[in-house]
Amino acid sequence: MKASGKLAALTLTALLTVTACGGGGDAAPAAQGPQPLRMSIWTSNEAHLKLFNEIAAEYRKSHPQVGEITFDPIPFENYTTTLTTQIAGGNAPDLAWILENSAPDFVGSGALVPLKSKVENAGELVPAATRLWERDGELYAYPFSTSPFGVFVNTDLVKAAGQKTPRELIKAGQWDWEHANEINKAVAAKGKNGLTILNFDYKAWDNLATVWQGWGAKAWSDDGSTCQFNAPEMVEAMTFMHKAIFTDKSMPGPGTAVDFFSGDTAMAVAQISRAAMLEDATFKWDLVPLPAGPKGEYAVIGQAGIGVLKKSPRAEQATDFLAYFTNVANSAKLAAYFPPARSSLLTADTMAKTSPMLNGDQLQEVVIDGIEKGVVKPSHKGQAELAQTARAALDPLWKPDADVKAVLDGVCAKIQPLLGG
Amino acid sequence: MTVTDLGNRVAERAATRPRHFWTIPRRDALVGYLMISPQLAGSALFVLLPLGLVVYYSLQEWNVLAGTFEFVGGDNYAKLLADPNMGQVLTSTAFFSVGLVVLNLTLALTLAILLDQRLRGTTFFRTLFFSPVLVSLVAWTIVWQFLLQQDGGVNGLLGVAGVDGPNWLRGETTALLSVVVVQVVKNVGLNMVLFLAALQGVPRQLYEAAQLDGAGAWTRFLRITVPLISPTILLTSIITVVGSLQVFAQIAVLTQGGPGMSTTVLVYYLYQQAFQFRHLGYGATLSVLLFLIVAALTLLQWRLRRRWVFHES
Repeated sequence: MKASGKLAALTLTALLTVTACGGGGDAAPAAQGPQPLRMSIWTSNEAHLKLFNEIAAEYRKSHPQVGEITFDPIPFENYTTTLTTQIAGGNAPDLAWILENSAPDFVGSGALVPLKSKVENAGELVPAATRLWERDGELYAYPFSTSPFGVFVNTDLVKAAGQKTPRELIKAGQWDWEHANEINKAVAAKGKNGLTILNFDYKAWDNLATVWQGWGAKAWSDDGSTCQFNAPEMVEAMTFMHKAIFTDKSMPGPGTAVDFFSGDTAMAVAQISRAAMLEDATFKWDLVPLPAGPKGEYAVIGQAGIGVLKKSPRAEQATDFLAYFTNVANSAKLAAYFPPARSSLLTADTMAKTSPMLNGDQLQEVVIDGIEKGVVKPSHKGQAELAQTARAALDPLWKPDADVKAVLDGVCAKIQPLLGG
Repeated sequence: MTVTDLGNRVAERAATRPRHFWTIPRRDALVGYLMISPQLAGSALFVLLPLGLVVYYSLQEWNVLAGTFEFVGGDNYAKLLADPNMGQVLTSTAFFSVGLVVLNLTLALTLAILLDQRLRGTTFFRTLFFSPVLVSLVAWTIVWQFLLQQDGGVNGLLGVAGVDGPNWLRGETTALLSVVVVQVVKNVGLNMVLFLAALQGVPRQLYEAAQLDGAGAWTRFLRITVPLISPTILLTSIITVVGSLQVFAQIAVLTQGGPGMSTTVLVYYLYQQAFQFRHLGYGATLSVLLFLIVAALTLLQWRLRRRWVFHES
């Protein structure tokens, strides 16, 4: 071999050695000293993080073998994508907060550690809250937050527009979408924003379940095999929304950034965890249930579970910490922001002790009653691709001259193949 | 001793003397290899190895959540050929790239010519047009997202002029145009500086001679400026074409591929498939396609340089 050839071979060997040494991302760490744990979460709210860190610090006092426990916030918009990328890149957290729309994928793939025998008083978990997280009778993620959507109301803006407040309408038995729309029209006419659905932004269409459920509409059939976007109920619901956006201007149009918490918006459909953002609010606010639709009163639930990833080299410690984090005592503390799935805690009195931002009426109407009668936002296997495909097909709806029925027919034509029906 | 004998003895000594391995040429070669070895190692580790891995992954079905790997051969390539979205994706990619390259190079050259004049204030304008290159890409794009809102700054300015502006990021044509313009304004300064340097290298006496011969401004531009800065035109066009095919952050922040799929260019579609939909094998296949397109276009431009790039040598 020529000298240059030898040199090249030597370089390549050195490179391969370096590469080989750099591999093994999944290798177990040296089991010496306290082992750290990392949990991915979507919230970066200071009040939430403070509570999480307090519980973790308490746990470490009795578990010296566990090192620092970090809560790793990932922005909500790209939460699942970022989490998946971390897993693919060999940087998976030990525990992960999992949103309801990706529950079928995480639970069905076998990526999570079974938890049922580890959870304290697992028998008291409300069946409606555990359904998404179970497979073959085993629980794969703790239903950490079972949170019905409600409507946050800026009562100052509503009154300034000369309208009855939603609370007054509830007492008069008139709290429905038509009356809500009248309030929002009046507020919009005064130059402020009417009603916004948080996180929808004309992309996350599954949040529209908080509206269409009032018409009895569904994205797909209960067995997940048939598209129902073009069913008459959905067409009616979407026609109502389209009119509210483009004719009544009672909902902000596409391409408009709206923030309820800054005080320029009359109403926002959101979950109670957002109440923490109203701590320093400069306006009077209220939380009321979703308005009734033509099919009567209803509730929609957003859920999040916490699971332990099988890939974690510290899965056993992570499972033990999760059991502590979600035991009865800590669930009661966490209930301040994240409605618990434990029947013993699901009373307005109990929750009021830990939710200083919300009063008994609000907790009873929105949370307790909501969990009882609510349906979970749509979720399906392969939800990310379904969501993106439906988003692209729904885009033509968000124009003033859209043919609602034709657009919804188009949505079904696009997503039916993905539903597998 | 004759001269011939002396010559023979020198030759014998040379023949019997032990030959050293480290001759001067070999030592030079070793030094040369050592000099380039960090770059070689970097290229192998961060270019060749990932390239090989991407090809390898394109032959697999990788279930990230389950942690399983399955060899599927050419299935992902068959899926690519049958993908009903590819037509729309490639069309959007072509429109986006052509629009961006034409607009960027034209504007950059125009600005460079204007700022090459010996006028007061050119330094200020050079700094002004170059400054967006230094701004964080995501911050820049977020600011533009606000400006392009229905009731944002752009429509506010149009309103002053009595024009009712469109909902820029919600119309299929305007969304693509918006992303192109945001990208051009961000990076045009870089090409402008390269063109400016090239223009300042053109000998002024050529212009004076041409002017004496009666050549007008347009003729001087076509016959003197363009040929003499053609190597820079080649460089900027290669950089801009390759860059246009890799624009991601602007689309992710401004439109997320919408409305519909109007701004879903190949690199964004690749991201969706690999990371959002968790089809990592198919995402790798799309990466191979993107690599082939970039390589083919670069090679084509390199080949065409013989026809239109002027070299003094």
